[in-house]
Amino acid sequence: MTRYPVMTSALVVDAALVLLVLGLALWVTSTRAAYSAVVGFVAYGLLMAIVWVRLAAVDVAMTEAALGTGLTGLLLLGAAARLAPYEAAEVNGRPGRWLRLLIGLLCAAIALGLAAVVLMLPDPAPTLAPLVAENLPPTGVGNPVTGVLLAHRAIDTLLESVVLVPALIGVWSVAADPAWGGRPGSLPRPRSSSALTLLAQVLPPFGILIGIHLVWNGADDPGGKFQGATVLAAMWILVLIAGLREPPAVRDRRLRVLLVIGALVFIGIGVAGIWLADAFLAYPEGYAKPLILAIEAVLTLSIAATLGLLLAGPPASDHPSGGLYESKKSG
Amino acid sequence: MNLALDLLTIVAVSLGALFFLAGTVGLLRFPDTLTRLHALTKADNLGLGLVVLGLLPQVSAPLAALGLIAVWLLAMLSGATVGQLLAGAARPPDPDRAEMPARDAVSSHD
Amino acid sequence: MNGPTLFGLCGAALVGLGLYGLLCQPGALRKILSFNLIGSGVFLLFGVIAKRGGGALSAAGLGVDGDPVPQALIITGLVVAFAATSIAVALLLRLAETSGRSTLESDGPRAPSPPGDQASAPERAS
Repeated sequence: MTRYPVMTSALVVDAALVLLVLGLALWVTSTRAAYSAVVGFVAYGLLMAIVWVRLAAVDVAMTEAALGTGLTGLLLLGAAARLAPYEAAEVNGRPGRWLRLLIGLLCAAIALGLAAVVLMLPDPAPTLAPLVAENLPPTGVGNPVTGVLLAHRAIDTLLESVVLVPALIGVWSVAADPAWGGRPGSLPRPRSSSALTLLAQVLPPFGILIGIHLVWNGADDPGGKFQGATVLAAMWILVLIAGLREPPAVRDRRLRVLLVIGALVFIGIGVAGIWLADAFLAYPEGYAKPLILAIEAVLTLSIAATLGLLLAGPPASDHPSGGLYESKKSG
Repeated sequence: MNLALDLLTIVAVSLGALFFLAGTVGLLRFPDTLTRLHALTKADNLGLGLVVLGLLPQVSAPLAALGLIAVWLLAMLSGATVGQLLAGAARPPDPDRAEMPARDAVSSHD
Repeated sequence: MNGPTLFGLCGAALVGLGLYGLLCQPGALRKILSFNLIGSGVFLLFGVIAKRGGGALSAAGLGVDGDPVPQALIITGLVVAFAATSIAVALLLRLAETSGRSTLESDGPRAPSPPGDQASAPERAS
């Protein structure tokens, strides 16, 4: 191997990354305050994005940074800020020292077992990549991950975009009865500040452009509808947090159509494939690329709306800040 | 010519990394929130700017260069806003802002 | 030892750490965080397998750097994990709102019941 020195210096970088990731994970599981744990989790997610790049998975890195870190971080930070008053009582529930030691030993055993599996992975690694590379040209898509998501494993992608809708129904259904149908109220609403308002006015045009760029580019380069939709959702959330717009009421019929239209178009094209291409979710010869683009475009809108609403939380009574304490019913 | 461009890359990226290092040290060592913010935003703006400047000669397509510059500009925009929001949240004497820090911090992590 | 193996070991350690946090941290929000760590570790193991599959290929000169099938599955997993986390957070906020607690004990503030089973139930989907 002539590239040996390069490999070792890369290994040093990887080792440093792994140490940072593990240190932050330790911080997330063991620090005292939930809020600082969430901050640690956000930093952890950004480092994980770098790990994904090191593993040649740029599409995953984008999803991790945008969705796994950005949106999840915002969701958890909001929750941590709201739950801070209850946190002092939590210490009582901690298991005793011996129980913790036992749990720690068992968890270490599980980790060691997984590590042994990693070390014993078969050496010419089994892979589906040649099959994908072979079957990519008929789809007309250049990014193998997009090809897999929308052509070869389309049923997974369909289920995944459908599963977001029940998740949203689940979030909505924890609303208090009187609040049903109203506007979601879980987003933090800082007192209006000119800097935030400016950002919410300046950034969204660029953000929307970047979102569309990610979806469009996703056909041939890293990117795709989930990454693009996440950026679009983030722009929407930014505008909502800055208070420039109110979140739409849950009972709004146009909103509900928007939420399901992506999945409906996907299923419609899939069912049409039974007659036109002899299989559910198969695309007719020569039309794969335009159909994939059409599905991506509509799905992006639905996914962006769903992600934004998942963050916005269950409907609260009409005023956003009035949601948390207004109904003290005993379950 | 190529050598000169490579040299520029090495110098600029190293300088940028140095700024990040200094900014991190400042973030850890400075006494209060406002000075820490100063260190943080310095690292973001100058450090990232130098890294981007260093990478510009290495890109193959002009569009990629535009993308790099856009990344820098967007990072500066969000850095400036976050700095403002955090500074506003950290300002102690205003009594009716006492419960706001957490919420302001939330919004700034968008 | 090479890069992917190192990350694989990191993924294994993350699963262990996350599991410990899930079982030992009393606060439900901490359990959600720990569960996300477990998921992240599992995704990392997937990613390592994807990279190894691609590594065999790029050695053969096919120009693919990672196996796209596991990578697509990881993206699916990340989206589902976010959906599950948002449901868990909504349930938790509602619990705090109605009962004034942010833990999962069944009754009484000091019941040392084994935590974790209720926290993970809505998240199993990931």
